[in-house]
Amino acid sequence: MTNAMEIYQMLPKTNCKKCGKTSCMAFAVALMTRELTPDACLPLKEEPKYKDSYEKISSLFKPSEGATETGLIVHEDLCFGCGNCVVACPVNVANDPYGVGSGNAPKNTSKLILAIEEGIVKARNVDECRRFGKNKILCNGCIVTCPVEAIEFV
Amino acid sequence: MENNYHVCTGCSLLCDDIEVEYGTETINKIYTACRVGVAHMKESKEKVTFLVDNKPVDEEKALSETVKILKNAKNPLIFGLGASTNEAQKQAIELGKKINATIDDSSSFCFGSVVEALVTNKIKTCTLEDVRNKGDVIIFWGSNPADSHPRHLSKHSYFPRGSEKQRGWEEERTAIAIDIRKSHTAKICGNYFIQIPQGGDVELIDALISGLSGKLPKTSYNYPPKKILELANILKGAKFGIIFVGPGLIYSLENLAPLFRLMQALNEKSNFHLVPMVGNCNMRGFNENLFTETGYVNSVKFENGIVKHGSEYSIVESLKAKTVDAALIIGSDPFSSLPRSIAKSLLEIPIISMGPSETLTTKKAKVHINTAISGVESGGSAIRMDGTLVSFKPIVETKNPLEEYILKRIMEAL
Ligand code: SF4
Ligand code: SF4
Ligand code: SF4
Ligand code: SF4
Repeated sequence: MTNAMEIYQMLPKTNCKKCGKTSCMAFAVALMTRELTPDACLPLKEEPKYKDSYEKISSLFKPSEGATETGLIVHEDLCFGCGNCVVACPVNVANDPYGVGSGNAPKNTSKLILAIEEGIVKARNVDECRRFGKNKILCNGCIVTCPVEAIEFV
Repeated sequence: MENNYHVCTGCSLLCDDIEVEYGTETINKIYTACRVGVAHMKESKEKVTFLVDNKPVDEEKALSETVKILKNAKNPLIFGLGASTNEAQKQAIELGKKINATIDDSSSFCFGSVVEALVTNKIKTCTLEDVRNKGDVIIFWGSNPADSHPRHLSKHSYFPRGSEKQRGWEEERTAIAIDIRKSHTAKICGNYFIQIPQGGDVELIDALISGLSGKLPKTSYNYPPKKILELANILKGAKFGIIFVGPGLIYSLENLAPLFRLMQALNEKSNFHLVPMVGNCNMRGFNENLFTETGYVNSVKFENGIVKHGSEYSIVESLKAKTVDAALIIGSDPFSSLPRSIAKSLLEIPIISMGPSETLTTKKAKVHINTAISGVESGGSAIRMDGTLVSFKPIVETKNPLEEYILKRIMEAL
């Protein structure tokens, strides 16, 4: 998983504010939360000396295949549908306490983030995820409960 | 939707909350089951197969050949049945009585003695619902449900909220793995992973017992006594503890005495239960059904109405001693599960194999009858690892005959 510091290291570090943020570090954080895209840093995008960094960062934040808009990726080849993440996710528990929150099949699917389909976890309603949005916290419920590291945030 | 839940017979958790979405012809999507379960439920195939000498025949020919073999046998072996419904198991036991068979399943080299201790109330046990609702200290000893029973931790033993466990696993449950290697389950248990050397289980049991009564716990492999004491303290504080024993622990025990000692010591200080991590969907059912009928859970020999029991009637010993002269193998593949030196003796006797898939055993069999997959293509009931009876209806239709039906026909033809 990438963190804001690693992203920062690849930025111009000039704090020129062209991206609309007060510093490169703030921009790195904005990238992590998907508030901005790499293209918003004009120096990075346009100056040849940052070409490598630009490509690297773009690939990290490219809405890559399978990745949801919040960056949650399920490695479907690894996931075997144990449901640990489904049952451990605090948002799932809050929205469906007697279904997935109690280890059972979903009873109320409207706001579930994670559910098992065809033996593999599927992510949806990702805007509900605690890692993103305004009041984000560093939730890792679905990551630490997975026996095979099948969930990743990019 | 709720009434439409299906049961998965992919393992002995018998998950009863599976939703199946049907397409026009077959299953379209399966929800909530793990990958193992999905594969199991989609295993169903169109083709109906009866083989004699590996050549396709019709049902009548396969049956007459089967009957011929069983009639000629003085001491046929009936083996397997771990993936059969209770109904088929009972039918097989009846057949065993009629033909004076030796009857056994793979529990004779695994969980048989544990299940026997449970059904005779020698060890305290509980249901998986109890674990979910009340369990606070959960021990996986020589078991690795993350791989063998994928939904074990999420549906019952660790992650779900239960009636008396509302605040969740982080705050209210401690999961502990004791194993010789860091399994996927051990990974989930994090710091509560006790790694012991192969065969080190009995010593750890006795060290824990010492620790429980405040004595210095010692092991020949010098497991840090402080850590054992810490563990003993957690166990002492349990309000509702469970040990899920797996094959890893069973294989390292010569008999169950150490386990009895441990359970007794634990229950003097706190409240502990034991549940065996039975593998196949209805292995426990076989043990219980045979027990009801004979008073023994496996390794039984019927002889003109008399029931004999002893290790000499287990599959391993009876093949070693070459006392059986034909084998009816139901839903099992001893050629891949038994040591080769023992399976070899099977080659010397005629084999009839019954089961939903073709295996090494089917290839070596004189007669093979493809039967419906219990719980997928056939309804019935099975007994979950914790002793709970679970009934199910078929998920798909099949042209393959039910085991029960074939066994009944064999009975009639005899
Ligand atoms: S535009 Fe780029 S270089 Fe300027 S502050 Fe933003 S991130 Fe830094
Ligand atoms: S990060 Fe937390 S809220 Fe988001 S999906 Fe994972 S467990 Fe759920
Ligand atoms: S915990 Fe991991 S393996 Fe289990 S369902 Fe979630 S992503 Fe898949
Ligand atoms: S855990 Fe076992 S019973 Fe449950 S869905 Fe998976 S294979 Fe089926």
